[in-house]
Amino acid sequence: MKRFRTTPIWAPWFFMGPFLFVFLTFTTYPLFQSIVLAVQQTFGPEYSAFVGLENFRFLLSDPRFWKALKNTAFFASGSICIQLPIALALAMLLNRPSLKGRALFRLVFFAPSLIGMVFVGMIFRLIFEKRTGLLNVVLHSIFPAFDLEFPWLDTYLMPALILAALWMHAGFYMVFFLAALQNVSKDQLEAASIDGAGPWQRFRHVILPAIAPVASFICLLSIIGSFQLFELPYVLLDNTGGPQDRGLTIVMYLYETGFEIGDLGYASAIGWVLALILVGLATIQRTFSRKEEQ
Amino acid sequence: MSQRPSARIWLTLIYIFLIIFSVITLIPFFWMFSASLKENTDFFSSLFLPTGDGFLGIAWDRLTLKHFYNLFTEIGIGQAVLNSIFLASSTSVLATICSAMGGYALSKYQFGARTFITTMVLSALIIPGPLLLAPGYQLLYNLGLLNSYAGLILPHLAPAFGVFLFRQAMLNAVPGELLESARIDGAGEIRIFFTMVIPIVRPMIGAYLIITFLASWNNFITPQIVLQSPEKLPLAVAINNLKGVYAEDYGMLMAGTVISVAPMLILFLLMQKEFISGLTSGAVKG
Repeated sequence: MKRFRTTPIWAPWFFMGPFLFVFLTFTTYPLFQSIVLAVQQTFGPEYSAFVGLENFRFLLSDPRFWKALKNTAFFASGSICIQLPIALALAMLLNRPSLKGRALFRLVFFAPSLIGMVFVGMIFRLIFEKRTGLLNVVLHSIFPAFDLEFPWLDTYLMPALILAALWMHAGFYMVFFLAALQNVSKDQLEAASIDGAGPWQRFRHVILPAIAPVASFICLLSIIGSFQLFELPYVLLDNTGGPQDRGLTIVMYLYETGFEIGDLGYASAIGWVLALILVGLATIQRTFSRKEEQ
Repeated sequence: MSQRPSARIWLTLIYIFLIIFSVITLIPFFWMFSASLKENTDFFSSLFLPTGDGFLGIAWDRLTLKHFYNLFTEIGIGQAVLNSIFLASSTSVLATICSAMGGYALSKYQFGARTFITTMVLSALIIPGPLLLAPGYQLLYNLGLLNSYAGLILPHLAPAFGVFLFRQAMLNAVPGELLESARIDGAGEIRIFFTMVIPIVRPMIGAYLIITFLASWNNFITPQIVLQSPEKLPLAVAINNLKGVYAEDYGMLMAGTVISVAPMLILFLLMQKEFISGLTSGAVKG
């Protein structure tokens, strides 16, 4: 008789082991520790004092934090409203079988998202330069009225950041939209055409509903990414928040308080506010996509 | 097949638009490459490559590799390149193996804590990285792992994101009957995983290797916080530091950026198909 062997008890735990070890040590423990830190004021990792909810009270009246929050929210909404429609438009243009060179176009548009934000910052720091920067020189030669001294890295920092992020991410989100467009039913599109639906109506009533789940996921991904913006302004502004903190973001402020000033407690409080904002936004997205499904 | 004239005009317009957009996308790359190849005096007098009476109106003889030469001989950027290669390859290989193992356990074994751990993995995806920066730094300090590569690699050893991706991939791709018959034939659990499961999800392995390699290569904030000795820094941090010292030496800054960016572009060109399908598979399947 054949002996029936079930899986040994240790097997799942053996395979789960590395994840559980790393997760408990480097995620769960720091997560609880971040609550402990958030009610402390520290100087470096060694010296700390219990301050209760003082960090959060101070945070609410901290003008630099509000400035950082405002900048980050502006960047996030700006990049979503510009990046995602352009990404979707590119995907829809590429999503036709009669188009030759699809793979090449996709490759070109996707290439910038392979580059780390630090390196993007290094390149755009020179592109945004006054007088010698590529952007101003080109704009000035096309429109002679355009000022060569246009201050991208000062007064117009936010548009500059959104522009650089657009260059970096449009192709990345395009790839997701392209994958989503494969879910659009050809029969339905054809039926809509025969019923006399124009391009806009087909987009609104056939394509959009089909890609809605992926689109809302991409929105969330983009919001989460934008709210954690750090390297791009940090490099563009030579490791500062820029003139009058125009480029200060939440994570930059967290980095500055935690690792330049050394107050890990206040940095954790900032981290928690960021986490709550992101969880709130994710909850909103889930409720919305649930409604769509019903 | 003949097309209606309006359709052909439409297609031409799409081509023109796509080509313009491609050129705009490629210009920053071209700007970076040309700035890394010209003398700093030419940086201000010409937008891209220096103009002259050579082929295509470009003064080819004024191009120079001296920025690259200086970076390797005087600045010692070679060390940073090696550091980046070491960090990115060790992190990506370990993270891929550990994620595949975790995903396998969650998708193919029945055990009591499975639902609980799956929920844990899913909720870990929501935790924003910056929240863990300060407590993570304190933990590494207490463990004596600051300024060490272990302090950089260990926390990224088994990301929840990877475990989730592999769980999704293995759920349907790996047939349970196959595993059962292998067990009846007397194959051990670990051998089944490495000789049967891994080959089935090979495309996913390739994609995840590149994703983690890129993420580690481009990671800035963690090495910036954890590492202190200049000889240990990876490219991302070293290049940003270069900017502080050689702020006016545009040619050198761009040459350093080329050294950091070009390997990723080449890697992607070689493996783009696996990369893109792996990247989007999790999102689209839901």
